[in-house]
Amino acid sequence: MNTRSHYDVAIIGAGMSGLAAGIRLAHFGRRVCVFERHNAPGGLNGFYSIAGRKFDVGLHAMTNFVRPGVKGTPLGKLLRQLRIDRDEFALCEQKQSRIAFGPRGETALCFTNDFAVLESEVAAKFPAQIDGFRRLVAAVKACDDVALDATPVSARSEVRRYVTDPLLEAMLFAPLMYYGSAQEHDMEFGQFAIMFKALFLEGFARPFDGVRVVLRVLLEKYRQAGGERRMKCGVRQIVAEQGRASRLVLDDGGEITTDHVISSIGSVETERLLGDGARLLPTAVTPGRLSYVETITILDRAPAALGWGDDTIVFFNDSERFAYERPAEQVDLRSGVICLPNNFAFDGGRQLPEGIFRCTCLANYDGWAHLPEETYRADKLRWYDAIQGSARRFMPPMAAPEELARATVATDMFTPRTITRFTGHLQGAIYGAPTKIRDGRTALSNLYLCGTDQGFLGIVGAMLSGISMANFHILQKSAGGPA
Amino acid sequence: MTKAECHKLVLDIISDIAPDEDLSNVKPDVRLRDQLQLDSMDFLDIVMELRKRHGIEVPEADYMKLANLDSCAEYLIPKFAAQGK
Repeated sequence: MNTRSHYDVAIIGAGMSGLAAGIRLAHFGRRVCVFERHNAPGGLNGFYSIAGRKFDVGLHAMTNFVRPGVKGTPLGKLLRQLRIDRDEFALCEQKQSRIAFGPRGETALCFTNDFAVLESEVAAKFPAQIDGFRRLVAAVKACDDVALDATPVSARSEVRRYVTDPLLEAMLFAPLMYYGSAQEHDMEFGQFAIMFKALFLEGFARPFDGVRVVLRVLLEKYRQAGGERRMKCGVRQIVAEQGRASRLVLDDGGEITTDHVISSIGSVETERLLGDGARLLPTAVTPGRLSYVETITILDRAPAALGWGDDTIVFFNDSERFAYERPAEQVDLRSGVICLPNNFAFDGGRQLPEGIFRCTCLANYDGWAHLPEETYRADKLRWYDAIQGSARRFMPPMAAPEELARATVATDMFTPRTITRFTGHLQGAIYGAPTKIRDGRTALSNLYLCGTDQGFLGIVGAMLSGISMANFHILQKSAGGPA
Repeated sequence: MTKAECHKLVLDIISDIAPDEDLSNVKPDVRLRDQLQLDSMDFLDIVMELRKRHGIEVPEADYMKLANLDSCAEYLIPKFAAQGK
């Protein structure tokens, strides 16, 4: 039991970003404690067990994958900064993924971890656009997307300078938005560039055992470095005195004092801890509007055995226009993401013990949040079938359509309500608020944001966010370095 | 501390920070940045590891003195001597 009453740094939330910040700080001798309300670490990238089966919460694939020897990319930076050997993650690459648009996915762009595949697909399917596409890629590569002080520019207007076919534009935006945009309809160009590199120029991979491998490594590094954590002990209040966060009141009623606070729980969520209508930032913060449902289907065989081929991830949309917005209904069935975790090239030909078929769609938080329990359950069942039906339009047809039901051994589904319940993110907003605070600064001089609302997204992004904020606000300052 | 010992001490730090770099042929009189892929985050870590492991403080104004192995030795040996090493 940790009962110290003062820390150099208190971190709120034991997700990827909070743990990464904690590893940096503890490694360099800071007395640091992570406070986590839930009983398990991971936050938006955690896992849970039902009937002895482990389910990943957020992970479809780890983005930003590069092969050994490729340097200067986010994955390499985070491995170095956290002193992690890349073998510890044992990442296995995707086989192939697909962006499928049209009622049956008639227009498709395949991509793999070899960027040349996407480039040749664009050249084949959109021959008039390939020169513009190549210039867009050059602009993405030249974008200093991790600058903490970049001026926001609309990605739509920037991309349209190079790509003039609305269908290609929509097909490029769909995966990037689904995997990391907190903003409806558009993205900030720096965010677009981060995601474009993460998905297309770098790529997808996963550890055989999924997200818990990454968490295990982080927890072990943090422990070895001397970091403390208190689980099932969230922060109830941040007490501000003279422009500083001076004390934290914990869920168990205890209090601690601290020199610095790093909050990974989101900007609106952090502001609420200040109480009394206090402002976290000079401008009002609003929660994100985008949330998701996900169906998870466990199969008694690999998806390939159902005739579904080798696709790892399929981003689908049934029309030419792609609407990335909070749907009017509970779920938007027009678009979504299919993930078949069996279709990673696991080392030595290993196979996951069961087949997994996951499907994500945009959802409306209000449509789920306040339903009576009975209605909520009934709606889940109804939408489960509808989502699966929608997704199947984009997979090869089965000889006998009922084969999928016969192969199903278990199902689960999470909704915006589940997300808020287990991660504390208001409105079920997985990607947080639409406005990101890149430098992590708040109205309190020693309170900083990291994670989702700092704005580096994805698993690799989340860890880099924690690293950058720990470096920028705490380690560099005391090292006398540039601040 | 000899120059060779100081080179080794710095290379030991770099090998922990950047285990994916090949350090077998680092030239002592060529800028580390020109032979290895080290960014500003990595240089900050060299400074912080010097403090953590050896109690040596390197103020920001002196970061340039860590440009190559020879300049590291020239700068660090007197600091170690001041510690009686």
